[in-house]
Amino acid sequence: MKNELVIAVSGLNNTDNPGPGIPVIRALRDWKGKKVRIIGLSYDHLEPGLYLPNWVDKSYQVPYPSAGSDNLMLRLKYIHSVEGLDFIFPNFDAELFTYMKMAPELQSMGIHTFLPGLDQFEERHKYRLPEFGEKYQLAVPKSLSVNSLSEVPAALSQFEFPVVVKGKFYEAYIAYSMDQVHNYFHRIQAKWGLPVIFQQFIQGSEYNVVALGDGRGNTIGAVPMRKQYITDKGKAWAGITLDEPALIEMTRKLIAANQWRGGMELELIKDRNGQLYIVEINPRFPAWVYLAVAAGQNMPAAAVKLAFGEEVPPFEHYEVGKMFVRYSWDNIVNLSDFEKISTLGEL
Amino acid sequence: MNLRLKNNIAVSDSGFVFNPSTGDSFSINPVGIDIIQLLRASKSEHDIIEDLSERYDADTQTIEKDLYDFFTLLLQHQLAEKA
Repeated sequence: MKNELVIAVSGLNNTDNPGPGIPVIRALRDWKGKKVRIIGLSYDHLEPGLYLPNWVDKSYQVPYPSAGSDNLMLRLKYIHSVEGLDFIFPNFDAELFTYMKMAPELQSMGIHTFLPGLDQFEERHKYRLPEFGEKYQLAVPKSLSVNSLSEVPAALSQFEFPVVVKGKFYEAYIAYSMDQVHNYFHRIQAKWGLPVIFQQFIQGSEYNVVALGDGRGNTIGAVPMRKQYITDKGKAWAGITLDEPALIEMTRKLIAANQWRGGMELELIKDRNGQLYIVEINPRFPAWVYLAVAAGQNMPAAAVKLAFGEEVPPFEHYEVGKMFVRYSWDNIVNLSDFEKISTLGEL
Repeated sequence: MNLRLKNNIAVSDSGFVFNPSTGDSFSINPVGIDIIQLLRASKSEHDIIEDLSERYDADTQTIEKDLYDFFTLLLQHQLAEKA
């Protein structure tokens, strides 16, 4: 591996519903003995990461995944011709499928990725969680995919209120009545499309684990966290690392079973009887990944090393009781920078 | 009832208690710190009541009742388990 790597990172939306881009970049910049040049990939002119020159060396606007992989590949080829990319870190759920499909072509261009395979990615979708749980003997809440409003009554008859109504990529609401279910169904359908997922509500404490699998069944890193402050969007604004072996064991079991490759975030709930349920498997590092780095496990850097074929021994320790507390900051930006990204698509 | 404090519970001199399994933290008063330290030393409920009776100006019945309430809180917050 070269001493200086050029790494493209998406998810620069460091908003109140933050993408993982800036935390991943922060982790890469912490990589001891490695110099990194960071290329930001943005979808919107106002993604805050565009305007953080200490973190992002150069940014390029890229087409939305919905524009098709050909358009994205064309843009990446241009960026590669200018920057000489070594690695791409896609950080949005919605773009991962496209990047996974493009991974062989990117590799042939000398651009590495470290992503799960299509099968692994597909089987952990929220709407396939029951099959996933059964296949790998993991406890999951009962879930149903609902593909139209007419299916709602039949689906609901299989649940007791409250029921969790979820979008296929993001957003979840707890509904206590039929009216609320309809309201959330429409809201989620309009934003994320179908199916909408109904999930059994489990009363208990929520936990999260950030982890890295090497694609051969080994868990390279795993750090559990409990949210201490949650925004109205359900995002962690503060959190703390935990010493809870059961969470790590469940993560290892999952990664060993489906040979996960890449970063992931598990969302789990422990009910009153101490039974752990996997509620969601997010196929990328979460926005709070830097907490794990600060606690001693630089998983983003380890993912790049693995992509380059380096042997990476599993992390054995992390600091328990390490906290993060987010803050907001009004970054002052010159109109000329906004103009550049708006008109030229580069900054 | 006799309690056993969970091994990984962290307690500072200032009375800050952190449960690393759940992420919960608490502040306890000096009497609470005494009780936690006695539990750490594997003292029984009977020993703790005796110890507190010697240290604090309160009748045994009040100490018993307050200790029971405190034990209940420790169990509720998963800081201790029944021995």
